[in-house]
Amino acid sequence: MLIPRHREKKSLANARKNRLEIIKAQLSRREMMKAGLLGAGGYLVLKNGLSQWASGYAWASGGGGDGGTPITPSPPTRAFIEALPIMPIRQPVAALSGPAPTIAPNTAGGEGRTRPHQAFGSYPTKFTFPAALKFETHQREAFVSMSPDLPPQPIWGFDGQWPGPTHYARYGQDLLIRNFNDLPADNRGFGMNSVTTHLHNAHTPSESDGFPCDFFARGKFYDHHYPNALAGFGSTHGPSGDINEALGTLWYHDHRVDFTAQNVYKGLAGFYCLFNNLDTGNETTGFRLPGVPDSAGFFAPIKYDVPLMLADRVFDPSTGALFFDLFNFDGILGDKFLVNGKIQPFFEVEPRRYRFRILNSGPSRFYQLFLTDQGSNTQIPFYQIGTDGNLLPRPIQVNNSIVAVAQRMEVIIDFRNFAGKTLYFENRLEQIDGRGPTGNTLPAGAGNFIMQFRVKSTGAADNSVDPATNPQFYALPNKTTAARASRRFRFERGNGQWQINGRLMDGDCSAPRFQVQQNSVEYWTLENKSDGWMHPVHIHFEEHQIMSQNLPLLTTDVSRKDVMRLQHRATAQLFFRFRDFIGRYPFHCHNVVHEDHAMMLRWDIVPAPGGDTNSQP
Amino acid sequence: MANDKPAPAASSKRWAKVSPRELIRQRYFPDVTLVTHQGKRVRLYEDLIMDRCVVINFMYARCEGICSPITSNLTKVQSILQDRVGRDIFMYSFTLKPHEDSPAALAEYVKERKIGPGWTFLTGAPADLELVRRRLGFTDPDPARDADRSNHTGMVRYGNEARALWAAFPGGSKAEAIAKEILWVVPT
Repeated sequence: MLIPRHREKKSLANARKNRLEIIKAQLSRREMMKAGLLGAGGYLVLKNGLSQWASGYAWASGGGGDGGTPITPSPPTRAFIEALPIMPIRQPVAALSGPAPTIAPNTAGGEGRTRPHQAFGSYPTKFTFPAALKFETHQREAFVSMSPDLPPQPIWGFDGQWPGPTHYARYGQDLLIRNFNDLPADNRGFGMNSVTTHLHNAHTPSESDGFPCDFFARGKFYDHHYPNALAGFGSTHGPSGDINEALGTLWYHDHRVDFTAQNVYKGLAGFYCLFNNLDTGNETTGFRLPGVPDSAGFFAPIKYDVPLMLADRVFDPSTGALFFDLFNFDGILGDKFLVNGKIQPFFEVEPRRYRFRILNSGPSRFYQLFLTDQGSNTQIPFYQIGTDGNLLPRPIQVNNSIVAVAQRMEVIIDFRNFAGKTLYFENRLEQIDGRGPTGNTLPAGAGNFIMQFRVKSTGAADNSVDPATNPQFYALPNKTTAARASRRFRFERGNGQWQINGRLMDGDCSAPRFQVQQNSVEYWTLENKSDGWMHPVHIHFEEHQIMSQNLPLLTTDVSRKDVMRLQHRATAQLFFRFRDFIGRYPFHCHNVVHEDHAMMLRWDIVPAPGGDTNSQP
Repeated sequence: MANDKPAPAASSKRWAKVSPRELIRQRYFPDVTLVTHQGKRVRLYEDLIMDRCVVINFMYARCEGICSPITSNLTKVQSILQDRVGRDIFMYSFTLKPHEDSPAALAEYVKERKIGPGWTFLTGAPADLELVRRRLGFTDPDPARDADRSNHTGMVRYGNEARALWAAFPGGSKAEAIAKEILWVVPT
């Protein structure tokens, strides 16, 4: 079953040739079915390399010719035969299991936390201990089905689910979540069972942020305090914070230093959605974004507001089990595309507007998503309303959107004119290895059909805002304030080792490379010298705005972001304000394979008058 | 323990029953015989890796680039880990230039650098070492860079074979940090 790379390349080339011929011939699905090219359920019959249709390049890095790392295509799976799963909403608990929560770490009681919760001491009028809202989660092993054509897969999931339960939270309601590490001793092939959970994009005190070296052992728990407070609440915009810093679509995921790629690949990730009195989750109030609350209350999935977690994976052809390429330094590509934990699902939608919160959960692939009517290969425009965790100032009509690893994009798709039709999310970004996309956009119909939309003929009334009316969401915060420090970070690779400003990271995170003064403004310049590698760089704690870039910006780049998609030979200057909390944070490449190979550094926020102004730390 | 439960049987197809550990062995550890700097013939998997916590890098004795600083850094790591190296942890350096690096040349390298027991240098048939290098992923995706031995990777792998724990660190990072990382996979 192991195909040497040169043969695999030939089969890929054949597959593409065949695929392009089919596209050129404009065969309809029905005609393809008749010609025996398409099996029931919509996957191409395994013939002459055609199986590459609706799938991507197999994991490809690190190998050579004969005797190189073998390239393994996953077993064939049928596409669009299972419905898109909708994750359940995490439910609050009346009381936490185990000992009562404490501000100081309860080491004797089995807690893995090492530092006290800072918010209760620093802002006693805003946060009262313990927070009224309490949750708990158990990280554990479970067996799930990703396709009926594959055996049950062992995963590690929050509450045994992948994606984990979606967490709904509201601004102004801080919460405690007790995070139990109930992972097994046996990892079944990959994964490290000591963990640290990062709340990606959130304005979180360091000790609750999921710092990579704050991992805790199996059998222990860790209490996180999520303030759900707008940035600036304790500084520039007291006491409520700057409404223009509101976040919406966040995610939580494991961040164990050296093992993040394996642990997230294994399933330790889920959505965290934040609401307020403007982004309400109800299309009759506030910004009126698509969404109808469930009659069961706030902690139930909002209809028409749908999180989509994209992931690409490889499965072993002999055992059918989820496979992680342990000995790969470059980045890992899957040849199977999953949305919310299922390979190429379908989603029945009503002919009305939907809000989709799309997350690229990695490990290494970038997407350029088009909404394709496959019958005619037409590209249907949609409205992008958010980048990363944040709403854009106004909706922007696009015909595609690029999502690097760990980025989110929020879109409104109006299915009103497509009743009875079948549409697809098609990824047309060419990427042949883990280094990053080539920069080529594949022809329409030649990409990866990752998900299918089946538009019903009728549906419920649509009271959501029409994005074509150009509604205003949040304004962009001011980015003209002078910087206390301007820093430059050069990302390079020397002798296969990642370097930032010529220096390596120490895996124990023991010392910060630089210190930022609390409540100050800084300008950071990120520079990618390479024309072979791309890096989605994620900076914890604060979002940035791009001030300038030596490459053209997308219309949607005029926004707040937490991941900078650092393209080939890109230099970008970013604006930051580091407010309210103190402590240690990392920034790193979110191609998690690069991250695990030390493309990261630790920086700290310290109270005034501390903080350095090192321009090239 | 949760992992004591067997995996549920697959529904439709007969899937091979191969343990994850065995799959890793088949995929990454080719059945080759190498020669140590002491002249002993050893099998890659059975004699070097199986059931062990290991630290693995590639180098060559006459390297004028990063090998030398990385070897001296790993020597510091070895002294921090003391006699656990050779007992709980085994260090392996595979040559990138088997034509040059005879067992005697590697023995001389070990002697010159006063490298203690528990750290073995390996040479052998060039095709075997190239196979090991590729399988263990010590490669560069750019073929020109990959062919340039003076520009080889300074990354070092560490792992625990029995528990399928595998990760890596830059060989040039701080020795104290590296020692901590290695101990993450060593049972206490």
